[in-house]
Amino acid sequence: MAIEMQPAQTREPGGGGPAAGGMPRPWWRRPAVHTGILGAVIGYLLGHLLGNFLGSSYQQLPLSDSSDLPIVLGYVAAVIGWLAGLGVFSDLLRQMAGRPAGEAGGHAEAGGVAQYFRYSLDHKVVGIQYLVAMLVYFCTAGLFAMAIRTELLSPVHHVFSSSAYIEIVGEHGTMMMMLMTSVILGPLGNYLVPLMIGSKRVAFPRIEALSFWLTPAAFGVLLSGLLLGGFPFGWTGYAPLSIESTYGADSYAIAFGLMGISMILAGFNLIVTIICYRAPGMRWSRLPMFAWSMLATAFLMVLAAPVLVGGMYMIITDRTAQTAFFTDSLGGSSYLYQNLFWFFGHPEVYILALPGFGIVSEIIPVFCRKPLFGYKTAAAGMLGVTLLSFFVWQHHLFDSGINPDMRPLFMLTTELISIPTGFIYLVAMGTFWKAKIRLSVPMLFALGMYFNFLIGGISGVFLSDVPADTTEHGSFFVMAHFHYTIMGGLIFALMAGIYYWLPKMMGIQLNQTLGKIHFWTMFIFFNATFLPLFAVGMAGQPRRVFEYARSLQTINDWVSVSAFLLGGSILIFVINFVWSTVIARVRAEGNPWQSRGLEWQVPSPPPPGNFARVPVVLSGPYEYGDPAAPPVADLAPPPGVLAGAIGDPAGAQPDSAGPAGALSPAGAPGAAGAEPDGPAPQSPAAGADPDPRAEA
Amino acid sequence: MTSQAGAGAGTGAGRREPSHALRIFLPWLVVSVVADWLIWSVWGPHLPPGDMASAASNQQFDIKVMAVIAAPVTAFVLIYFGYALVVWRQRDGDETDGPALHGHARVQATWITVTTVIVLALFGFGTYELMTAQGAGAGEGPSPIWAPAGSAPLQVQVIGQQWRFTYRYPQFGGFESTQLMLPEGRWVEFHVTSLDVIHSFWAYQLGVKADANPGVDNTAFTRPTQLGQVTVRCAELCGLWHGAMADTGKVVTPAAFESWAKSTQARLASVTRMLPPYATTYDPTVVPAINKAMAKAGITGANGYFYPPQDPVQP
Repeated sequence: MAIEMQPAQTREPGGGGPAAGGMPRPWWRRPAVHTGILGAVIGYLLGHLLGNFLGSSYQQLPLSDSSDLPIVLGYVAAVIGWLAGLGVFSDLLRQMAGRPAGEAGGHAEAGGVAQYFRYSLDHKVVGIQYLVAMLVYFCTAGLFAMAIRTELLSPVHHVFSSSAYIEIVGEHGTMMMMLMTSVILGPLGNYLVPLMIGSKRVAFPRIEALSFWLTPAAFGVLLSGLLLGGFPFGWTGYAPLSIESTYGADSYAIAFGLMGISMILAGFNLIVTIICYRAPGMRWSRLPMFAWSMLATAFLMVLAAPVLVGGMYMIITDRTAQTAFFTDSLGGSSYLYQNLFWFFGHPEVYILALPGFGIVSEIIPVFCRKPLFGYKTAAAGMLGVTLLSFFVWQHHLFDSGINPDMRPLFMLTTELISIPTGFIYLVAMGTFWKAKIRLSVPMLFALGMYFNFLIGGISGVFLSDVPADTTEHGSFFVMAHFHYTIMGGLIFALMAGIYYWLPKMMGIQLNQTLGKIHFWTMFIFFNATFLPLFAVGMAGQPRRVFEYARSLQTINDWVSVSAFLLGGSILIFVINFVWSTVIARVRAEGNPWQSRGLEWQVPSPPPPGNFARVPVVLSGPYEYGDPAAPPVADLAPPPGVLAGAIGDPAGAQPDSAGPAGALSPAGAPGAAGAEPDGPAPQSPAAGADPDPRAEA
Repeated sequence: MTSQAGAGAGTGAGRREPSHALRIFLPWLVVSVVADWLIWSVWGPHLPPGDMASAASNQQFDIKVMAVIAAPVTAFVLIYFGYALVVWRQRDGDETDGPALHGHARVQATWITVTTVIVLALFGFGTYELMTAQGAGAGEGPSPIWAPAGSAPLQVQVIGQQWRFTYRYPQFGGFESTQLMLPEGRWVEFHVTSLDVIHSFWAYQLGVKADANPGVDNTAFTRPTQLGQVTVRCAELCGLWHGAMADTGKVVTPAAFESWAKSTQARLASVTRMLPPYATTYDPTVVPAINKAMAKAGITGANGYFYPPQDPVQP
């Protein structure tokens, strides 16, 4: 664990990166988005040429006269070119050439808006990059949803051709499901977790930054599929169809695979950060719920996404090298793909749910002015969901004819997972008991999340029962169900998180009046859109159709109009976001919500390096209403205390609330980093270990 | 509830706390009883997918049972939230914190016990149904858990291909028709398979949904109990014209079915000879005689492949 060992001047935020030139170069010669795009274009051309050279001799698609190989290799080379143009490999190459990695100055010197367009190693910059990018992805995919609802205004008159419609459905579903996996972990997780656990940095800044810069690549590759004729198989990409489809399928497989890699990297970084970078005294029993949810999500990402990457790789090789993983007549199986996909796909649903649980559990104690009820239950619920989510995937295949004897087992696991999921309601209801609820905008969104997720969760139990599922599977009922859990759960929680933490992240208060208008319109029109869809599905309308029964037109029109108004509500949010952060820029108070969270104890936005000194955590973050509770952390512990801290915590602890000692040597071995003011080694073991970066 | 809440708000800090638990419990009890009664006896008989076939009735029953269980759970959470938002709001000027309540072992244990009992009961209920006719409408693969005993069911093979379902009747010489016709009162054994990509055979009023996988024989059982029309739709995205992959089946009297089957068998005899012999699955790459004849005549279909977007043919 040789970390934080660079010379002092490189210990600026990010510690110096590829963008940091010793001599200032003109902006257009420094790696940033524009050089990345240049690299992508060059890479695509080279890859396409190579593919034409390699694959010119054989025909791939049954009804076409050319091969997928140029497209696939073009995409792969474009992504490599994009990353190279951004400077992702610069440090690596420098080290291989025996030169010091990165020079002094880092991004503090770059500063300003420009750093957000660079491969930055500062977790706070990456968090903001993620936030803006995720909102762009979300709104793009939302526009596709508007197009879907436009087509569904009439059962017989068509706005789009059937091929355009099916492309739109595929783009909407895939973009939402693949990119929104990181919608909370990316911006809020990367930005806030180090602040919440009292760390000056994340464990692997380069991996974290790479995980972000893969998302624009995935987004671009996915959108470019439209230029290749789109893909007609939705976000699931079931195998015989995805093998036989035209070139758009390549963009689907590569984009989803890239996003899988991004998830693995982002999750890996956060796991190590949370486990090893906790400040002294940040015991597991004091970890904020949001950090717990990030830990659970990160484990899900690291364990589930490799299966997705493998599945996408098999699709690509089936399409290019004519392997036959999924072709029944050649020894493969279309069930294999369904298993691979849902073995990733169902944990993914919890990748999309758990961050929302974390945010609402983090927010309600602040606005109830009470400790979180059942802290251990809440954490156990998240870990229980994490574990069980790997054992439920075949409930997507109840009607598929695969192994009917296994259905009771998957019915059991699916129903069992509602127990730990229910814990978030137990925790919320216990926290509300005799609370003093403040209905600020973040709290409104958190309450909206509880309402929506209740409907989503209850409808999920309907789907777990095989006979009931026989009617509901593949219909709009399922579609309404997962929009309630993902949009009603995740996106409402994201909004709660943005309204709650943007004052921390940007030091700027979002307009609260517009926020309330945004909440009420979004809450009303979300429910008006998706609640009727349960009925539509029960009445027999399958998903992803462009023609439906005439008798269902009235209700579909209602849903469409309501969906447009829901889009308008998101527009209110975008206006509020842009107006508040770009034009009005009202300075937020240091701690506008009177939160006890450690992240609120530093100025907003946090200074480079987050904490002047590594804080000593003295108590949990939810000790509201307990006058005897010590402050959450000592932000300026005397250096001597920390040096000898492991043995004698008493000096750092003004109160006897934690007799076991705030510094918990057993609970946080890696976190007991004695790092009073900077360049000291994080642990004694690391001290003897010469820093590879400094030596290289 | 609002008036109660107003009264609750009026009680000063010095006065005895009202019994919040009782105030939440009583409205919940009333709402739950009324909602469950409404669901069971008023809404229940009209719940989808209706009662036109045995599998559909079973699914309607299951949905009814789930709704009866779900209503009190939903009502409890919503009534609690509503009560909390009305009674436990921050009063003007009150900047103090609430009581430092970290947990309550008995409440948590009760919650976990109750949810576990509900979940295990649902699991037992569902598992029992899967071993009986209740769950037979879902695709059960080539070796079903449950099959009707006694009289031989009518076998109907459903063949999915882009973007059309066709039906073969092996007990009537294996003729293949685009019309799904079923007799009332007799068990039907569907064998669902596909020639190209994955489809899903969803006969809504029959309560049958079974994926059509290439190379897989997926069985499902139902017994039509009423005469009428059946909406058939594809429930698994299968490409460009998935949204138009629908047709209408019919449930007719046994006598009418016999005469239809016999006459269709005779009418299509010359075509049936050119079809591949009846089998549970087909390999579309083995071109049957009829396709050879069509190819010779210059009439080619999709042959199980994806139509190019510039050449969409309305099925």
